[in-house]
Order: sequence, then structure tokens, then C-alpha cells
Amino acid sequence: MPVVTPETKPVETWSPTGDTEVEPDEPWIVLVWNDPINLMDYVTFVFQKLFGYSLEKATRLMRQVHEEGRAVVSSGDKAKAELDVFRLHEHGLWATMQQDV
Amino acid sequence: MVFRRRQAPVLARRRDGRWDLNLGPDERALLASLADQLRELMDDDPDDPSLERLRPPAYPDDADAEAGYRLLAGEELRDSRQAALSVLASTGELEVIDDDQATAWMQAINALRLVVGTRLDVSEEDEGPTSFDDPDAPMWALYGYLTQLLGRTIEALQG
Repeated sequence: MPVVTPETKPVETWSPTGDTEVEPDEPWIVLVWNDPINLMDYVTFVFQKLFGYSLEKATRLMRQVHEEGRAVVSSGDKAKAELDVFRLHEHGLWATMQQDV
Repeated sequence: MVFRRRQAPVLARRRDGRWDLNLGPDERALLASLADQLRELMDDDPDDPSLERLRPPAYPDDADAEAGYRLLAGEELRDSRQAALSVLASTGELEVIDDDQATAWMQAINALRLVVGTRLDVSEEDEGPTSFDDPDAPMWALYGYLTQLLGRTIEALQG
């Protein structure tokens, strides 16, 4: 059985989990999830109102939520993402946030 | 008026930039009562499962971060909801509302609709009660009414 001596063991210069870790300033994304209750027109209107999106953009995001189950509706640093999530929750939308990896 | 063909917009923009609230006395009384009932439920039984959709998780996969968000935002979210519901609860006396009140009014109607929909366990395929003696039929009627009212409100606010 070969013995690996400390001398032959490769020196780890990077963490094996390094490629899944994210930098502290990496943007966060805010997701809105499909739910069977919120009205499509209401979701579109809330995207326009909260983020200043055009009717076209807001409608496209709403359709994406409806058809694909979720859509990224905004991004930014953690504080901005948390504020956006809060405003979406105020309007009764199913919003979550995560780091964009 | 129930039998009138065309309904006036539920909110009509005034020259001074505010909104006229066009609702009959019965609807006003109904909405005020529903708003009061929901405020009471939120106060008396904040963990009632029908309130679940009013406080979705921000971090569904991270319990620690979620606890932090609750701590930071939970109370503010409840206060904001209560404030919106209190605008709706005063619908009986309100003839003219400003933009902020109109937003609160819409949020409160949506909150009511979310709670009623959660009680009914609405799914994408649901079309309403299955028969006339369905015990949920009155709740479905209310859900349908709130859907229509919210749709008219958005239509008016979008201009």
C-alpha cells in the first residue's frame, strides 16, 4: 500500500469549495414565484409600480412567472434586494432572494 | 346599481389629482367589515394558516437568514398591512382618496383575496364551487367579487 508522505501531498492553495463561494459584493437576485391566487394583471401592475418597468417589460416578467414558475425581477446588493422583497411582500407577492451564483 | 349595464370606474381621477371612490353603501359596508375581520384575525391569531400568503419567506432555504429577515421586517410588514386594512376599513366614510390611500386600498383588497383564496385552497385549475350545496359556495362568491373589484381597481389605477 503506497504511503503518501507529507512531502508528496499536494499543497492546497485554494479551497475545494472556492468555486461555489461568492464574493461579498456579488449581486443578489430577487425572484417572484408563481402562485395560483395572485391575478396576472395585479402582478404586472405591481412590477410597473415598484420597479418603474414599462408595461411590456412587466408583462413579460409576469408571463415568465406564470409559465416558468418564477422570474428574476430585480437585483443588487443585499440591502436593496431585501427592500425589494419587502415591498413585494407588502403587495402580497411570493418573493424570495438569493445570491446570484 | 346591480342592473346597470356599464359600471362607473371604481376609482375615478379628479382634477385635483385625487380619486373619487365610486361604491354603493352595501359594498362599502361589506369591505369595511371584511377589513375589520382580517385586522382582528391578524391581531388575535397571527399564526392562523390562512394568513400564510401574507408573510412568505424571503430565504426559503436558509433558516438563519430567514429568522433575521423576520426580525428585521416582520413587524414592519404587519404594521404596513394593518395600515392598508385600516384605509379599507374606513371605506364607509371615504368619498375621496389620495394616491397613497389608493395604493393601500388595492393592497388591502388583494390581502383579503389572498386570505379567502388560501381558505378555499385555490389551485390553477379551480373554477369555483362544484354544486349549489357546496358549503364553500358563499366563500367562492366572495372570492369572485374580490377578483372583480381588484381587476376594476387596477384598471382604474392604470388609467
